[in-house]
Amino acid sequence: MAISDPTSRREAMQRVTVLLGGVALIDGESVLAAMPDSAAQETAAAQGVGTFTAADVAFLDEIAETILPETNTPGAKAARTGAFMALMVTDAYTPRYQQIFRDGMRQMDEACQREYGASFIQARPEQRVALLQRLDAERQAELDALDALQRSRAPAPPPQAADAPVHYFRLMKELALVGYFTSEIGYRQAMRYIETPGRYDPCAPHKPGEKIWASHA
Amino acid sequence: MQLQSETFDAIVIGSGISGGWAAKELTERGLRVLMLERGQNIEHIKDYGNTLKAPWEYPHRGGRTLAMEEAYPVLKRDYPLNEKNLDWWASDKDSPYTEIKRFDWYRGYHVGGRSLLWGRQSYRHGDLDFGANAREGIAIDWPVRYKDIAPWYDHVERHAGISGSLEGLPQLPDGQFQPAMALNCVEEIIAGRVKSTFGGRRIIPGRVANLTQALPGRGACQYRNACWLGCPFGAYFSTQSSTLPPATATGRLTLKTFAIVTDLVYDRDRKRARSVRVLDAVTGQTTEYSARVIFLCASTLNSTWILMRSANDVWPGGLGSSSGELGHNLMDHHFRCGANGDFSGHEDRYVFGRRPTGFYIPRFRNLAGERRDYLRGFGYQGSASRQGWERAVAELGVGGAFKDAMAQPGPWRVGATAFGEMLPNHANRISIDTARVDKWGMPVLAIDCATGENERLMRRDMMNDMAEMLEAAGATNVSVYDNDYAPGMGIHEMGTARMGRDPKTSVLNGRNQVWDCQNVFVTDGSCMASSACQNPSLTYMALTARAAAFAVEELKRGNL
Repeated sequence: MAISDPTSRREAMQRVTVLLGGVALIDGESVLAAMPDSAAQETAAAQGVGTFTAADVAFLDEIAETILPETNTPGAKAARTGAFMALMVTDAYTPRYQQIFRDGMRQMDEACQREYGASFIQARPEQRVALLQRLDAERQAELDALDALQRSRAPAPPPQAADAPVHYFRLMKELALVGYFTSEIGYRQAMRYIETPGRYDPCAPHKPGEKIWASHA
Repeated sequence: MQLQSETFDAIVIGSGISGGWAAKELTERGLRVLMLERGQNIEHIKDYGNTLKAPWEYPHRGGRTLAMEEAYPVLKRDYPLNEKNLDWWASDKDSPYTEIKRFDWYRGYHVGGRSLLWGRQSYRHGDLDFGANAREGIAIDWPVRYKDIAPWYDHVERHAGISGSLEGLPQLPDGQFQPAMALNCVEEIIAGRVKSTFGGRRIIPGRVANLTQALPGRGACQYRNACWLGCPFGAYFSTQSSTLPPATATGRLTLKTFAIVTDLVYDRDRKRARSVRVLDAVTGQTTEYSARVIFLCASTLNSTWILMRSANDVWPGGLGSSSGELGHNLMDHHFRCGANGDFSGHEDRYVFGRRPTGFYIPRFRNLAGERRDYLRGFGYQGSASRQGWERAVAELGVGGAFKDAMAQPGPWRVGATAFGEMLPNHANRISIDTARVDKWGMPVLAIDCATGENERLMRRDMMNDMAEMLEAAGATNVSVYDNDYAPGMGIHEMGTARMGRDPKTSVLNGRNQVWDCQNVFVTDGSCMASSACQNPSLTYMALTARAAAFAVEELKRGNL
């Protein structure tokens, strides 16, 4: 995805769609039962990836788990989301965004120390949630400002400085969401996924609480 | 240089949508055919390496990395650059070209070409399109009318398998369709409201080369929507699934891969092309293959590249250049603008299965006497769907309730992108850049192409008309967009060897024969005299089948 510009909410969503490459694959209730996540994620979790150590990956797992914890479906940690985040930052982020992300990890830990007297890893779960909720609100304010800027000049996107500020938590949340929902756990447990639907129902009934049929990607 | 002793009745250069059809029709009509493909073979099903791979097995989950962007400086400009089928896109580095102005050229150099990768939307052109140049005094008249091509549309639709609905619209002729892939419930509501509000505007199921009923050797669509990885059911039209099997079954087809055609050898006494020179992409050896008829189906720009490099001793500009039009009038479809919005309610409705198409809105501008401030028109491709988890990146939330909410389908959204006609313009041209060579030492193309005032004016309607329809249909938060367009992005390159009625102003006649060399036929997108606004591949199929039947008759008559 190689982020190059700050994005509005709409663009953030488009970017995630592009990131996913836009195709449907088969899962394999029948064909490919219980295929593991990619070897790259396993390696990243065990040995680190790029400049991310195994401890960094564990830290990212905690961030992702705080955003997407275990409920009646497994959470982000079980889906090895931290390893995916580290891999994507290493392979797909421009140097500037890599820096924002790395600095963000440090800043988040410092903020946790300041506010709760504990590192993020050592903080209590409700402290982690409170911290991320505050960061999430900052992130959302940044997106809202960009949206307002865009609306004022629609349809042409406004020129944006390449060095416009980007909140690190935007990057973290985005990668956590992508990493979780495109994992095997995301496809098969958080959502519903059928490799080969075999038929198309253009108007199927839907009840509240029923999960997404995972789309192509 | 080796001279191949084995001779063929016909040589087909290229194995994509047009080349596959040429091979099928020519072999079935009794000819011994050599099909030349510059890239590797991809065997049907067996070589669809990723089609059985689970989405989570890709290290980057299908996304792009900096290394991929570095390796594909052109492909990265739009969606084709991705982790899942990267091997099926030609290498920008091996096969560079010169952009006098930005032109995005996305290519598939392998057996099947872009028939493996295409969007599969399949629409007929009608007399609104074939007659447009003549009516408006633009460029030159097409040498054919709908009645000439209609039986060939019938022919190719029956074999390729196009699903669609019969609508009786004069601007978009109906065809020999399999049952359509239905609109979903929200699309139906919107279609009904648009029809009642705007009369002449219709929202119809996308006509798509995906089977809804099995054909011999091919299964019906299983609604995986993973087409561009190759279909293990053969449910969408490709050379591999549809045209190569019957051609091979005749026993008269020879397929040679890694065969880069460098030029055609012209016999000036007989005024015929005698043979085809082929550079082996692996060994570097050159071989000459002779045949009585040659079908150039190497894709729009590459067929013209071959012509430009042939018979230069007779015509400095190449075979077919006597009119001065070879290489000119390059077109594409301009797009990437439209509108979208929210559609509230209907949250007790959803879809099951992944439909590999959406809705289509046939052209409605400049019909029935209407005169906008631009010529021609545009159609829309779009869909309504419930939002997925991706919406979470734009929402506030952290924690278990957020996660579980995002794992449920969101509200309905609806949107459509317009595809607009691009007028033929002599100034939009390709030429050979002799200063630069590709991996095989061949001089590359230089492309000089831009949209003009007509397209610019059309784009306002392309945005606003969709917004107007969505609002009338009850959508909310409707917004328009223009994500900017560069020629080539439509991956609908057309023109550079146009058909016409007069050898002084066109490269090909009404049967796709090169005026200057009548045993050479060009039946890919190069031949187009105008672009219309519909996806063009179905028209290439029909023109190719028609030209192949004609070529065989001419051979029998002793004219070739």
